[in-house]
Formats: sequence, structure tokens, C-alpha cells
Amino acid sequence: MHMADALLSPAVGITMLAGTVAVGGYASKKLKENIDDRMIPLMGVLGAFIFAAQMINFTIPATGASGHLGGGMILAILLGPHAAFLVMASVLTVQALFFADGGLLALGCNIWNLAFYPGYLLYPLLYKPLAGGGDRPGRVLVASVISVVVALQLGAFSVVLQTYLSGKSELPLGAFLLFMQPIHLAIGLVEGFITAGIIGFIRSVRPDILACAATSRPLSGDFSLRKILITFAVLAVFTGAALSWFASTHPDGLEWAIARVTGRAELPEPVGGIGVVLKDIQEKTAFLPGYGFQSAPSEAIEAEAPPAWPAVEAGTSAAGVIGAAIVLGVVGLIGFCIRLVRKRVQGATP
Amino acid sequence: MTFDERYFNIGRLDRLSYGDSFIHRLDPRTKVIATILFLFTVVSFPKYEVVALAPFFLFPILLMTLGGISLRFIALKVLMVSPFAILIGIFNPLFDTQTVTIGFGTSISAGWISFAAILVKFTLTVSTALLLVATTSFPGVCQALRRLGCPAIFVTQLLFLYRYLFVLAEEAMRIVRARDLRCFGRQGRGVKIFARLVGTLLVRSLDRAERIYRAMLSRGFAGDIPRLGGFRLRSADLAFAAAMALFLVTFRFFPLTEEFGRFAQELWR
Repeated sequence: MHMADALLSPAVGITMLAGTVAVGGYASKKLKENIDDRMIPLMGVLGAFIFAAQMINFTIPATGASGHLGGGMILAILLGPHAAFLVMASVLTVQALFFADGGLLALGCNIWNLAFYPGYLLYPLLYKPLAGGGDRPGRVLVASVISVVVALQLGAFSVVLQTYLSGKSELPLGAFLLFMQPIHLAIGLVEGFITAGIIGFIRSVRPDILACAATSRPLSGDFSLRKILITFAVLAVFTGAALSWFASTHPDGLEWAIARVTGRAELPEPVGGIGVVLKDIQEKTAFLPGYGFQSAPSEAIEAEAPPAWPAVEAGTSAAGVIGAAIVLGVVGLIGFCIRLVRKRVQGATP
Repeated sequence: MTFDERYFNIGRLDRLSYGDSFIHRLDPRTKVIATILFLFTVVSFPKYEVVALAPFFLFPILLMTLGGISLRFIALKVLMVSPFAILIGIFNPLFDTQTVTIGFGTSISAGWISFAAILVKFTLTVSTALLLVATTSFPGVCQALRRLGCPAIFVTQLLFLYRYLFVLAEEAMRIVRARDLRCFGRQGRGVKIFARLVGTLLVRSLDRAERIYRAMLSRGFAGDIPRLGGFRLRSADLAFAAAMALFLVTFRFFPLTEEFGRFAQELWR
């Protein structure tokens, strides 16, 4: 499910964009280092392939609802994590621009949720060990189902966290999780089977493609950065979880909870510049949204007290409503006039 | 949405960008930066703020009217993707039930206000993003990103994806049509068949990538897609950027909407 701009606070949006840009830069750098020019058209065409495949609907077994492919894991299997990340990121960018699926600010969140987890986390950590050499269909099936399910669970969990931390939605964390996780469990199962099905089909008709993918995949060296990234991701998830725990039990002690959680540097130990930067980013995620969710309602209640009218926030008074109507009217009028003038001009000059 | 509809949908947005207008002629970089600043400004409003968002409709309206893009088309696209925001937002009135007065002696629960804010923000952000592509063209946006420091490989990837999107979508359309001709009702729409269809599509795509690669090599491809002719910032761009900055700062930090309303009330009396 795509995160939307309207549900996002700038702090969360910027943080996720920063994280995504960092990973994207890393992926580009790794690719540039050992690029085979052949990869470039391959990546482009595979991106278009994911798009085209997403346009084909299928019926989800036992429900009759129709679904479509996500594609993150297929890409990781075919291209390896770095290229898969960039391809998936490009697919999501085009979706954001053309279908308005998710927004431009939410792009960071969406790329993180849908491209980072399958490519960088689950492909190396779950899929590869489970699938082994990839020559036994049973193992491939188990590996792809498990890794896709976990990837989608993480993705859904992140959507929930990002929405929650942004504080624009009133949905309680627990209810939201109960809503999102099971749906994505079902989606993940179907997608896992499809992923295995596609890989199996390719194996039977064109085994050379997979063999080529398996050998031309550089994922060695530079292990430190990967470790840091993974630590960061895990930490982010855990701090998020811990935060939400504190937030729910101590409605007023949120700032305290954040200080407790982030004050202690949880990163393993001095990991150099990147670690500090990442931690910084992470602290920003934790701090800024703090004002959003708990304080606002209580202020509103206080402002609501007896006199009710003067102290209420902007936007809740009659003047506000009238003003909005006027402004919208003026904006509409401007648009209408421009359109009229354009028509005149176009009519005058054939 | 059926396959064909989705396909023609992308094509339509693409064709809009061939237009020629003041907005179309602006430097893509100016438009990309302006759009991003606009989005951040809109999103940065607190969650109970609805009224102050009203002036921000001016930007999409200007893009739309000056760029000659149909309101109906954009509105339809916005509606089409709205379910997620509505689904999440609709819980606000349920969980945030304290009442607030909204003038005229009426009061509603605060949740409705924050829900309205989500919807307004949604409309603003989605329509602006669509209008950016409709007035700049996707390759234009990509080149702007490249000039603004996006890694070359990612921009090349975007351009490639875009170029082959239409080709592969047609390939997929042929496959789907073949399936539809051979199947009745729900038959042939299951997951198993789907995996095979997509597998076939994948094999064809990979073969195509190979052919493209050879064709490109023979034309001197060296890993990057160069752009012929650079961008030039003209005075119109600077004026546009300045006006945009002024507009955003003014309406973000001064609650002018309410002032207008108060002024109107005074006049009434």
C-alpha cells in the first residue's frame, strides 16, 4: 500500500527521503563500480516490465478480488540488491508522477517500504540462504513465500509507523496494525507464490537467464556499510516500536520517552561518520513528530473552555470559514478568467 | 480499471506535456523545485488547519489554466487514487470526538476538521504532482533531476523505464488480449496462469533488453544518455520562482484567509 503525502508530516517525509537518498546513492555507487553496460538497458526494460506486469490483474484465490504484482523480490532475484533497489525506486517514481500513487514527498517512504526491504534486507538475509543454489523448486517456493511475506509485513508496518509518527491520522496504532498486517499477510502469500511461479517458469524455459543472474551479482566487500544500514533499519523499527509503546502508556510523557530511548546511543559503537549521520537522522525522526499527536488535542480542549470562541485555533472561527470561501472563490475566478482569455487568444490566432 | 484504460491513461498525461504555454516553457528545474517547496509547505500545516490551506489552491489552478490542462482530467485522476487517504482519514472523526465550534453557532467534532485537512492536502499534493508531469513532460523532470544532482545512473534508469514502458505495456496488452480471447468468465485469471503470463512477458522483455543493448552499442552507447541542448534560466523563470517563494512564505506564516473573512464580516456590518 502506498503512503500518501496528505498523511505525512514534513519531518517524517524528509527523514525517509534522506534515508532513501542515502541508500540510492550507495546503490548507484556500487553499480557504477562494477557495471557492465549491459545492465543499463536490462534495468530499464525490467522496470518497464514490472510496470506492465502490474497492469495485468489476476484473481486472488478464494476471494474473487483482483490483485497485481508488487515485484520487489523478483527484481532482487534477477538483478541483485543494488540494481533491484534502483529499478524499484524508478518504478515507484513513475507511479508517483503518473498515477499519483503515493506522492512526491511520500516517495521516500514508499521507496523505503517497497524497495529497501526486499532488496537489501530480505534477499540477502532470507531468500538466498533459504533458496540455496536455487535449483530445487520446493526450496525456491518456500524461500520466496517467506521472504516476500516478511518484506510485505515490514513494509506494512512501516506504513503504519510513518502514518502514526506523522500524527495526521487519529487511528490508534494497535487498530491500524491489526488492519494492515493481516491484509498484507494475505497479499504476501499470493505474491510469494507468484514470485516462485515466475522463477519456476523462467527456469523451465530459459535456465540461462537465472544462471547469468546468479553469477553476475556482486554482493561482496564493503560489508561495513551494509551492516550499518541494516543496523539502522533494525534500530529504526525497534525505536519506533518502543516509542509507540511509551506513547500509548504515557500519553503525556512522550518527550521523556523519546529522550530515554534516543538519549542512549544504541548503535553498537563508534562506526564513523555514516553511523553518526544515520543516528542523527534517526533522532530527527523521533523528535520532530513529538509535537504532533499528543499535545494538539489537549490544547484544543483547553482552548475550548467556557468562552469557546476567541481562543480557538485559526481555522475554526466564522471569519476563517468566510475567508476560506472568499479565497477559494477568488482562486476559482482567477482560473476561470485565465481560461477565458486563453480561449479568446487561441480563437483569435488559428 | 481495465488494462487498456490504464495504458491510455499514461499516454494521455504524456501527450499533455507536448503542449506549449507559459508554464510549459518554464525551465524544468524551476518547476520541480517550486513543486517540491509547494508540497512541503502544504504538508507542514498542522493537522487542524483547513482554512489557511485555501489560498494554496491558486498554484494548481494557475498551472492548470495557464498550462491549458483540463480540470476534469486532473479531478478524475485525483478521485481515482483517493481511496487510501479517505480510508485512513475517515477514522479521525471516530477517534477524535471532542467538539469544536466552527462559527455560525454550529460545532462539530475535531476529527472532521482534521479529516477535511487530510482531504484538502491530498487534493493539493496529488493534483500538483500530476500537473508537474503534465506541464513538464517526464523526460523534462528527469533532466531537471539530473541537473539537480540525482545520480546519472538513476536518471538513465528513469528515462529507460519511461521509454520502454509503452513498448512493454503493448506487449503485455497483446498477451492479455490473447488470454481473454481464449478464456471465458473467470477462467484463466488465476494465479498460476498469471505467473506463466508474466513469465512469458519477462522472457520477452529480457530478450528485448539484449537486442536494445546491441543496437545501442552499435550507436556508440557509453553508459549515459546525454541531453542535447542545455537548460537556460530565463527571466521568466526567476520571476516565477520569486513569485512562488513570496506566495508560499506569505500564506504559510500569515493567516490571511481569516483576515479576509474578518474584513468581509466588517463590511457586512
